[in-house]
Amino acid sequence: MSREKQTPMRQQDPEVRIRNFDEVPLGYTEEEAVGEAVRCLQCKNAPCIEGCPVAIDIPRFIDHIANRRFAKAIAAIKEANSLPAVCGRVCPQETQCQGVCTLGKRFEPVGIGRLERFCADWEAEHEACCPSVQDDTGHRVGVIGAGPAGLTAAGELRKMGHAVTVFELLHVAGGVLMYGIPEFRLPKDIVQREIDALCQMGVKIEVNKVVGRITTVDELLGGDFDAVFVGTGAGLPHFLRVPGESLNAVYSANEFLTRTNLMRAFRFPEYDTPIRVGRRVVTVGGGNVAMDSARTALRLGAEESIIVYRRSEEELPARAEEVEHAKEEGIQFHLLTNPVRFLGEDGYLKAVECIRMELGDPDESGRRRPIPIDGSEFTMEIDTAVIAIGNGPHPLVPRTTKGLKLDRRGNISADLETGQTSKEGVFAGGDIVTGAATVIEAMGAGKRAAATIDRYVRRK
Amino acid sequence: MYKILSKRTLGPEIREYVIEASEVARVAKAGQFIVLRLHEKGERIPLTIVATDPAVGAVTLVVQEVGKSTREMGDSFQAGDSILDFVGPLGVPSEIERYGTVVCIGGGLGIAPVYPITRDLKAIGNTVIGIIGARSKDLLFYVDRMGDVCDELHVMTDDGSAGRKGFVSDPLREILSSGRKIARVWAIGPAIMMKVCSEVTRGFGVPTIVSLNSVMIDGTGMCGGCRVELGEETKFACVDGPEFDGHKVNFDLLMARQGFYAEQERCALERYLATQHQVEER
Repeated sequence: MSREKQTPMRQQDPEVRIRNFDEVPLGYTEEEAVGEAVRCLQCKNAPCIEGCPVAIDIPRFIDHIANRRFAKAIAAIKEANSLPAVCGRVCPQETQCQGVCTLGKRFEPVGIGRLERFCADWEAEHEACCPSVQDDTGHRVGVIGAGPAGLTAAGELRKMGHAVTVFELLHVAGGVLMYGIPEFRLPKDIVQREIDALCQMGVKIEVNKVVGRITTVDELLGGDFDAVFVGTGAGLPHFLRVPGESLNAVYSANEFLTRTNLMRAFRFPEYDTPIRVGRRVVTVGGGNVAMDSARTALRLGAEESIIVYRRSEEELPARAEEVEHAKEEGIQFHLLTNPVRFLGEDGYLKAVECIRMELGDPDESGRRRPIPIDGSEFTMEIDTAVIAIGNGPHPLVPRTTKGLKLDRRGNISADLETGQTSKEGVFAGGDIVTGAATVIEAMGAGKRAAATIDRYVRRK
Repeated sequence: MYKILSKRTLGPEIREYVIEASEVARVAKAGQFIVLRLHEKGERIPLTIVATDPAVGAVTLVVQEVGKSTREMGDSFQAGDSILDFVGPLGVPSEIERYGTVVCIGGGLGIAPVYPITRDLKAIGNTVIGIIGARSKDLLFYVDRMGDVCDELHVMTDDGSAGRKGFVSDPLREILSSGRKIARVWAIGPAIMMKVCSEVTRGFGVPTIVSLNSVMIDGTGMCGGCRVELGEETKFACVDGPEFDGHKVNFDLLMARQGFYAEQERCALERYLATQHQVEER
C-alpha cells in the first residue's frame, strides 16, 4: 500500500462496459479497503467531517475499517447517513470530504467515497444494521417526493419516533436515483435496498400519489399531518430555446434517462417502453446528467457519442470520475461549442448547427462567460440530440400550495439551515429550494429540515 | 394493485374498463387523465378519464387496442384482474362554465373523452350540440349516452353506415355557417380531425378547445416528451394541458411526434402477436 496514491478500484474494461449496463467500478475487497483505510491520518481536527453535507464521522468509520470492524464502520456511517451505498457512488467527494483531506495536501486524499461504498456493500452481504427507532411520538409528518431529500428527511423523522408517510408520484420510490442516474453508475437494486431499509424502520411510502393533483399540501395539513416536508426536486427539464428543438429525436435528458433507467428501454422489446438512438448522438451540457446521457447513448448502440459544452474542460461541472470514465469509453468532447439550431426533415432531426465559443470575463456564477465567435458556425449530421442543460423546479406543488413564497426562478423560498418556508407547518429542502444540485446536498437539507420539523411538531 | 371491476366491448378492438381507484374517483374532473402500467415490464399509458363513480370508487376508461400494450390489456386483463399502477388525476380540468351554446365534437376514440365534458357543460346549463363520428357504424359508441346529454346530436360516419355520411367537420361548418351563435367548441379525436375542426372554427372566430394526446412518460412535467408548440410557446401537454387553444396548436408537429416510435410499436406488436399465436397453437 502506498501513502502517496489511493488504492485503485477495479473496474470493468471500457471496451466491455460500453456494451452493457452493469456497474463500472467493481468495489474494494476487504484487503483493499483496509489498505486504503490505513492511509487515513486520523487528524484531530477532521476537516473531512466539515466537508460532508451530512457530517459523517469519517475518521471514526475509517478507523473501524482499518481494524476490520466492518459492522461498526457501517453503523457509524448510518448514524449520519441513511443512504451510504448511494453516496459512496455518486457524491462529488473531490469537492467535499476528499477536497479538504489533510493527506490530500501532499498526496492523493483518502478514498473516502470508495470506503463508504465498501461499508455499504459489505453490509448488504453480511448482517443488516437497522438504526434504532425511538418510541412513537404520536406526531405525523407527510413527506412529498421520495428522492434523496425526502427519503433522508423521512428516515431521520422516523428515527425520532414520528409516523412518516412519503408521497411519490412515480410508480417507484427513489426519485432521481431511480429515473435519472443510470444503472451502470448506481444499480437500481442497491437503491431499492436502501429504500427497503427505510420501510423496515416503519417509513410508509405511497407511490403513484401526485401531490398537487390528487391532494394538496393544504389538504395534508388540514387532515392527518402535523407538518409537511416538500422535497419534490428539480424535475422540469430546461430546453435551449433554439429553433428545431421540438423535432423528433431531440430528447430532454430526463426523458432519455427515464426511458432507459426507470422504464428499462435498454431491454425493449422485453420491456414495453421504446427508445431510439441511431448512430451519432450529441448530448448538450457538461454536468453529471450530460455524462450519464452520453454514456447511456453508447450502451444503447450509438457508434459515436459526442458531448457539446459551451465552456472549457476546466468548467465541466461533472464529477471528475464521470468525465474520466466518459473519456475512457470514447465519448468525444466538443468543448467551447454551443448549439444554435437543430435542422430536420419531415419533423425528424437530421443535424445540429453549432457555434464556437471563447471565454470572457467571469459571470455571476464566478465562471468565465462563454461568448460566441462570429462566423464560426458549423454543422454536424446527427441522429439524436439529448438536452442536458439542467432542470427547473417541479411545478406541481409550488403551483397548488396557497401562500407558499417562491423565488424568481420558481423554487420554494426556504431557510437553508432549517427548511422553514413562508407557510406554517411546511418545510422544504433539496433541489426544489436550491435548484438542481447534488444528491448529498439534498440529503443534507432533508436531514437539517427533519431536525427543525422534530422541534416544530413537539412544540405544536 | 388496481382491480378491474368490469369490462365490456364497445366495438372492434374498443373496450370500456371500470377500474377501482377510489381516491382518483373522488377528485377527478372532466378533461383530466390517468397513467396506468399493466405489469412490471409495462409502459406507462396515458388515458383520458371517461367517467367516475365516487360512491363505488370507480374510474371508467375506454381503450382502443392499437398497439402491443393495449392489445395485451384487451387479451389478458379481465374483470376481477388487477393492473399494477394507476396514477391520477393528471392534467388541468376542462373549464366548465356557462358559455351559452357550445358544440362538443368527438371523433373516433375521441368520443370517450368528449363525453364527460359534454355532460358537465350540459349540467351547468349550456345548450349543447354534440357531433360524434367514426369511420363506420361498428366503431361508433356512446351514441345513446351522448344523446342523453346533448340538446342536439349529429352522428357521422365516413362510409354512411350510420348517421350521415361525412366527417364531423361537416355539421360543424353548417352550424357555424347558419349564423347560430356558438360560444365555444370542444373538438377531441385524431390530430388531423382536431386540426380540420380548428381550421373551420378559425374562420368564424369561435374559441376552440382541443385535447392533445402526445407521447409522454411520467405525465407530471418531468420528461418533456409531450411538448407541443402553440405559436411561439412550447408547452407540456401533461401539466399545461391536455386542453389547448386549437387555433394556436402546431398540429403538424404533434402528428410527427406521435409517429416517432411507429417502427418500434409495430415491432413490439408483431412480436406479441407471434407469441400469442404460439400459445394458441399449443
